[in-house]
Amino acid sequence: MKTNDKITFSRRNFIRTSALASGGLLIGFNFFNSCKEATVPPVDISKLDFKDFNAFIKIAENGYVTIFSPNPEIGQGVKTSMPMIIAEELDVPWDHVSVEQGALDTKNFQRQVAGGSQSIRFGWDALRQTGATAKQMLVNAAAAKWGVDASTCTASNGIIKNSNGEKLGYGDVVNEAAQLEVPENVTLKSPKDYKIIGKGAINVDIDKIITGKPLFGSDYVAEGMLIASVSRPPAFGQKLISFDETEAKSINGVKRIVQFGDKVAVLATNTWAAMKGKKALNVNWSSSNDLESSSQHNEELDAILNSKNLDLRREDGNIDKAFAEADQILERTYQSPFLPHNCMEPMNFYANVSEDKVHLVGPIQTPAGTARRVADLINRNPEEVHLEMTRMGGGFGRRLYGDFVLEAAEISNITKKPVKVVYSREDDMGAGIYRPAIKYRIKASIKSGEVTGYHLKEAAINSNMYGLIPNFFPAGAIANYKVETGNFQSKITTGAWRAPYTNFLAFAEQSFFDEIADAINKDPVQLRLDLLKNVKDGEDKSIEYSAKRMTDTIKLAAKKGNWGKTNGNTYQGFAAYYSHNTHVAEVVDITLNNGRPIIEKVTVAVDCGIVINPTGAKNQIEGGVIDGIGHAMYGDFSFKNGKPQDLNFGSYRLISMKDTPIVETHFVENDLSPTGLGEPGLPPAGGALANAIKAATGQILLKQPFIKSIKNRKTDLSV
Amino acid sequence: MANYSLKVNGKVYNITSDDDTPLLWVLRDEINLVGTKYGCGIGQCGTCTVHVNGVATRSCLLPASRLEGSEITTIEGLETDKLHPVQEAWKELDVPQCGYCQAGQIMTASSFLKQNPNPNKEEIRNAMNANLCRCASYNRIEKAVALAAKKMS
Repeated sequence: MKTNDKITFSRRNFIRTSALASGGLLIGFNFFNSCKEATVPPVDISKLDFKDFNAFIKIAENGYVTIFSPNPEIGQGVKTSMPMIIAEELDVPWDHVSVEQGALDTKNFQRQVAGGSQSIRFGWDALRQTGATAKQMLVNAAAAKWGVDASTCTASNGIIKNSNGEKLGYGDVVNEAAQLEVPENVTLKSPKDYKIIGKGAINVDIDKIITGKPLFGSDYVAEGMLIASVSRPPAFGQKLISFDETEAKSINGVKRIVQFGDKVAVLATNTWAAMKGKKALNVNWSSSNDLESSSQHNEELDAILNSKNLDLRREDGNIDKAFAEADQILERTYQSPFLPHNCMEPMNFYANVSEDKVHLVGPIQTPAGTARRVADLINRNPEEVHLEMTRMGGGFGRRLYGDFVLEAAEISNITKKPVKVVYSREDDMGAGIYRPAIKYRIKASIKSGEVTGYHLKEAAINSNMYGLIPNFFPAGAIANYKVETGNFQSKITTGAWRAPYTNFLAFAEQSFFDEIADAINKDPVQLRLDLLKNVKDGEDKSIEYSAKRMTDTIKLAAKKGNWGKTNGNTYQGFAAYYSHNTHVAEVVDITLNNGRPIIEKVTVAVDCGIVINPTGAKNQIEGGVIDGIGHAMYGDFSFKNGKPQDLNFGSYRLISMKDTPIVETHFVENDLSPTGLGEPGLPPAGGALANAIKAATGQILLKQPFIKSIKNRKTDLSV
Repeated sequence: MANYSLKVNGKVYNITSDDDTPLLWVLRDEINLVGTKYGCGIGQCGTCTVHVNGVATRSCLLPASRLEGSEITTIEGLETDKLHPVQEAWKELDVPQCGYCQAGQIMTASSFLKQNPNPNKEEIRNAMNANLCRCASYNRIEKAVALAAKKMS
């Protein structure tokens, strides 16, 4: 959608103003209700009070503005970028703006979620409308004061001017503005007039982060709070039989030990005592002999790929005919392990369940849903649950799941004490909600140098690709196309992990395209561009990506990455992928040191529409690309008899600085509505790296992590 | 149990803790200096890095009771009243994403630059390699260490 498209909703549905007792203007807007067309207001407008809004702008009499940012901050930068959008349309200098994490009111939560790289995309219209509406109210108030027509006045940088050359600051008219009707049909700025959007802004929490101020859930302290360290079944599927607490109780600082379900919590006055107490618990768990192992998963996933009873997810043309008539058929099977999220800040949450309320504080990507689940768990009215969000030491999907919040609430409910559950790294890695192990089998038919058929099968642990993915590239680009999926139900808990499914699927497909290019003797970039020519944007409404935008993105990456123009010591790999509404293409440059690949540089082109905050946007891409490379290279996690085989960074390898390439990011310039950046940089990275390694050594990598199989040999492709 | 005094950021604290309580938890739970973070508890990630007598040290394994007479500096005491050049560089280049590991990164970098005021790229990468950043803000950390070196020279 172009930014100047007419907005179809009414601001009356989401905006409300009030004069502040202390002077100034408070504007509330219901951020999420305003995001969708035809959304019904939550309650009768005439009865709204400020509890019905989940974000606010406060304009003080001195003209300074406070924006309460509604969405959880997990390091993706929305606490900076979302307020920038409001400030742009409000037209105030960015250094007159301060940002606070929006307070939460569980009674009225709609969708305060960090997930799916959607915060900016959903917020774009609402945030602009809110800023522009507030600005118009200030202008109207000034015009009334001067006795002139508002249309003869202009406002910029916090100052309102009229045609007589008179000026008023926003702060001079806020009290009058608060009494006015909320205007409709305000004009939004043209992108060429942007003064804040598109100019880099530094993370609004920077000073607190670099000086070590309390910001995170793990830093939260409350009067009388006990620290809880929880002993959970070491193997998935294991049950608690009995435990002996004698030794644990003898540890200084240990106050209480409580069992809940198959878990035992040790409550102590400090973290060290709680952790020691947990280790000293003598727990008798049920036998783990018959529990799941990765070797079994491997066989189960193979059986799914070989079965005839998969779920059909998309089918175009006639795949059987294409394969029957093919000159050549290529087939590959790709395999990925489970992955833990490994947020640097291990899971933690504070809960104080008391007679009059349930107070929860901590890092959570899904505060609303989690608060409801807590209310259900401990039989409390949802209105009694008050949840405060803290900054999160990483999320990557793990903090979508409120399991650790439920633990804290349950322990506090049993003990009637304020409790903070704290995970050790071993707890965090061992009681995860992992990226599921997955296998893909891809088969392509080639006839007269063209790709005529494409058949993708997914076998995954617990659940399969979400519904949009079968409509990603190459859907629409290949006439005969089929996607099928199946899953194996496991006791091991799995869930979303940064760019769910596509974090591995993109590697599989983008590696496979390189082999197709080899088979038909075509440059890999040209192959992708040629396939995209088969797609007419808008013709098939189900197709998720834009062929034009993907083409432009690929061309920009190839140009900036000097595709095909490197010297003899550098080898290149290419990948392009659309996910989370953003198009990304990457060129990976590697060199070889005694046959070992050194990843030198990744050149990235991104089309995310208008870039709100280039400083933060580049940070997201740099992080996503290196994350993708790191997990493709090193991420390895398996189970034996239900037990995770790694529990800490001594054996589990995360990418570190010496292994990181320089990431150079280029944005496709356009005026299209912005889309998210937290995830889409990651998926293409693994494939581009695998293709570079193939270019350098001829080795075709089919399994992650690459580190386990990198060697110097060629594998045969044709079947 | 042990009774001992601990000098942190120039101030002396009288501490009673278990003999084996790591410095990290004394800082966080007893002295309420929470800028130093827990990441792994086995000295592998670097989020808990502080300075002991000016040298970057992992605080998660080091019993605090053995540190009587040592000068301990945490992120809160790296510089008072103004920002340390390393912190300035971190701000200028907008290094953090989630921010959780950054205190440890800054403590490692500031100690390293004292020992090697004019490092090359390779030396920076070696010095910072043992501090993990799950958000992978490594490119900016590298640049910020180089920028801080320039500011300090």
